[in-house]
Amino acid sequence: MSYNFKETMNKPERLAPGHRMCAGCGGTIAVRNVLRGLHEGDRAVIGNATGCLEVSTFTYPYTAWEDSYIHNAFENAGATLSGVEGAYKALKRKGKLDETYKFITFGGDGGTYDIGFQSLSGAMERNHDLVYVCYDNGAYMNTGIQRSSATPMYADTTTTPVGSQSNGKPQNRKDLAAIIAAHDVPYVAQTTFVQNFKDLHVKSEKAIYTPGAAFLNIMAPCPRGWRYNTPDIMEICRLGVETCYWPLFEVEEGKWILNYEPKKKLPIEDFLRPQGRFKHLFKKGNEYLLEAFQKEVDRRWDELLFRCSR
Amino acid sequence: MAKRDRLSGNEAVAIALRQINPDVFPAFPITPSTEIPQYFASFAANGQVDTEFIPVESEHSSMSAAIGASAAGARSLTATSSCGLAYMWEELYIAASNRLPLALALVNRALSGPININCDHSDSMGARDSGWIQMYAENNQEAYDNMVQAYRISEHPDVRLPIMICQDGFITSHAVENIELLEDEEVQKFVGEYNPENYLLNPQCPMAVGPYSVTDYYMEAKRNQAEGMRHVSRVVLDVAKEYKKLSGREYGLFEEYRMDDAERAVVMIGSAAGTTKDAIDRLREQGEKVGLIKIRLYRPFPASEIAEALKNVKAVAIMDRAEGYTNHGGPLGADVMAALYRAHADALAVNYIYGLGGRDVRVKDMENVFAALKQMMADGDAGETYRYLGIRE
Amino acid sequence: MAADISKLGVKAGWKDLTEGMMIAGAGTSKEFNTGEWSTDKPEFIEDKCKQCLLCVPVCPDSCIPVEDMKRGVFDYKHCKGCGICVKACPFGAITMEGVK
Repeated sequence: MSYNFKETMNKPERLAPGHRMCAGCGGTIAVRNVLRGLHEGDRAVIGNATGCLEVSTFTYPYTAWEDSYIHNAFENAGATLSGVEGAYKALKRKGKLDETYKFITFGGDGGTYDIGFQSLSGAMERNHDLVYVCYDNGAYMNTGIQRSSATPMYADTTTTPVGSQSNGKPQNRKDLAAIIAAHDVPYVAQTTFVQNFKDLHVKSEKAIYTPGAAFLNIMAPCPRGWRYNTPDIMEICRLGVETCYWPLFEVEEGKWILNYEPKKKLPIEDFLRPQGRFKHLFKKGNEYLLEAFQKEVDRRWDELLFRCSR
Repeated sequence: MAKRDRLSGNEAVAIALRQINPDVFPAFPITPSTEIPQYFASFAANGQVDTEFIPVESEHSSMSAAIGASAAGARSLTATSSCGLAYMWEELYIAASNRLPLALALVNRALSGPININCDHSDSMGARDSGWIQMYAENNQEAYDNMVQAYRISEHPDVRLPIMICQDGFITSHAVENIELLEDEEVQKFVGEYNPENYLLNPQCPMAVGPYSVTDYYMEAKRNQAEGMRHVSRVVLDVAKEYKKLSGREYGLFEEYRMDDAERAVVMIGSAAGTTKDAIDRLREQGEKVGLIKIRLYRPFPASEIAEALKNVKAVAIMDRAEGYTNHGGPLGADVMAALYRAHADALAVNYIYGLGGRDVRVKDMENVFAALKQMMADGDAGETYRYLGIRE
Repeated sequence: MAADISKLGVKAGWKDLTEGMMIAGAGTSKEFNTGEWSTDKPEFIEDKCKQCLLCVPVCPDSCIPVEDMKRGVFDYKHCKGCGICVKACPFGAITMEGVK
């Protein structure tokens, strides 16, 4: 699947303006660019777990979606779209529908890694022909920046606040893409906003047009929760990739493929420093926390290289 | 042409579903409802239905998928019992508020804890305010007939609400009884095609479902939803009239059994009504003026009609197969007493909690209830209005 | 039939609301002017623009319309002034108060 940037940008917009996400939100950047993976003329039904994206893009009576859209609840985006896809199959079988539809559902990391995990796992295991897209901003942003299992270690969140006895979140983040890959689904990929969105676009198109279940994990920075300078989102994403904090990879039919290897892996400080949620790591005496963070990034990167070398 | 057969309640409902041939059926196993999806899965496996059967990973997901399918434009349903219903509680409200006419084959079972697999109504009573239509059956025949009529009620343009077709766990679901089935073609013709106006897979016009509603809209949205409920009784009676022409069997909002000159009455839901009818027949032989009101439609609640049916009754026992933990009785007791109060009735009324967790209800137990009503009349006082039937002290 | 959302304002009576709060139709959010949220807006200096379109995908608010492979003027009715596009432009064709 080739990528012609200008032609891709020339496609009709499938997420209308007038939604109420914060200025500079990474979530809708992810959505717009995923939807550009749809071929013109193909219809889609979009699912959505409860979260910022849902309350902001379908605030009655204003829908920002140019396709059919269903929000059900927080923890069941996978199951809800399973039912929609089941309806599509049944209506096709009965000769009541001629058109081609694709099924894409969006959830934040809270609705995907945590409360919606069972529903997601079920939808993946049953191999429905749908794409689950997690826009991962590493916390429950809609309810006010509480930690999730996607929150990186040491992040200062409202439920893992930094204090005299606390360095932020004590645990590492869950590796959800690997967990979904272990479901043996046809396609899993991790991406973010880099390389003029080529990586994200190609993976979206593959995910949408690969028959069966597909999962995309997209790092989508949140200026409120991460506390960086809002216009710098693209730089934050680039640093996430160049430090190997957020590697770009895909798993196609069980085969792990590394999509990008930095020529010179940058130190993790470069990714953490611009973000207010990690400010405490740069206090004198906390160097050991940075070392521990770096060690964790290195361990995961080596693990990924090993998986991709097989 | 009707066919006679011997079937369990679960088989009867599964056969009704095969005849209806719905589009999407997501399901998760739980005792005692699990036979319904099992039978249905074999129909699907043998090509007897066109349905997309989705064996999901939980009841929350079975209702979620049924909602997705219904919004997409499909006729959908699921089946469950007890904790399964409790687990999908959140989704029940969403199905109703989205005005999705899907069905739930509920086989009533006690809620945990302690865990118990037998019949009581604590599961569906917990969902009584969820915005679903609730219909109950005394026996296999009624469970079958209610299932065949379900979509005609729920999909009616004036209603557009989800419907719960309830039967008693094991007592009805697993006991084999004689039953009359309609022909497949008769059922298909009666139920008809599902053609919603707006749906997700409508190529002519996309649709958005499940908005965030600010305070300015929420209350009006609830009132709008309640309007659908206000049409249910009328539609239930219209559908029943048509069904009688097809089947010869008559249904209403509730059944009045030997109520004509009754001075004492029992109001109850479900299979124990059969036992109560036996008690009534015996007592009538002895010249006692006793009768029964067996609720078929519990939500919406036919309050004024029930008060009217009870207007000449001097003492009434309302039987709840669920605790309410209100310290003054169960949910049916509260509904019936409110109906009597509004009708300015002066009948003495008591509320019994009975049959929890599958506790047997015998003819003798119901005779004792009628005896207690007789005593109340003699005393001119209801005495303790919140009672347990057959509890060991 | 698409819903007429002009009849669904916050003063709408309960009978006027759509059944199940569903909205038949799409993209009705265009009627909601998020552009009022901020006064700082990016400025498009057309002379400097090379039509590379790198600013297009980074906009969280779909406020840079593209037609015939060329970007048009900003949709100020909806632009929230986040400033991401300023940084995405390699040619200095977008400027905004406070964004370097």
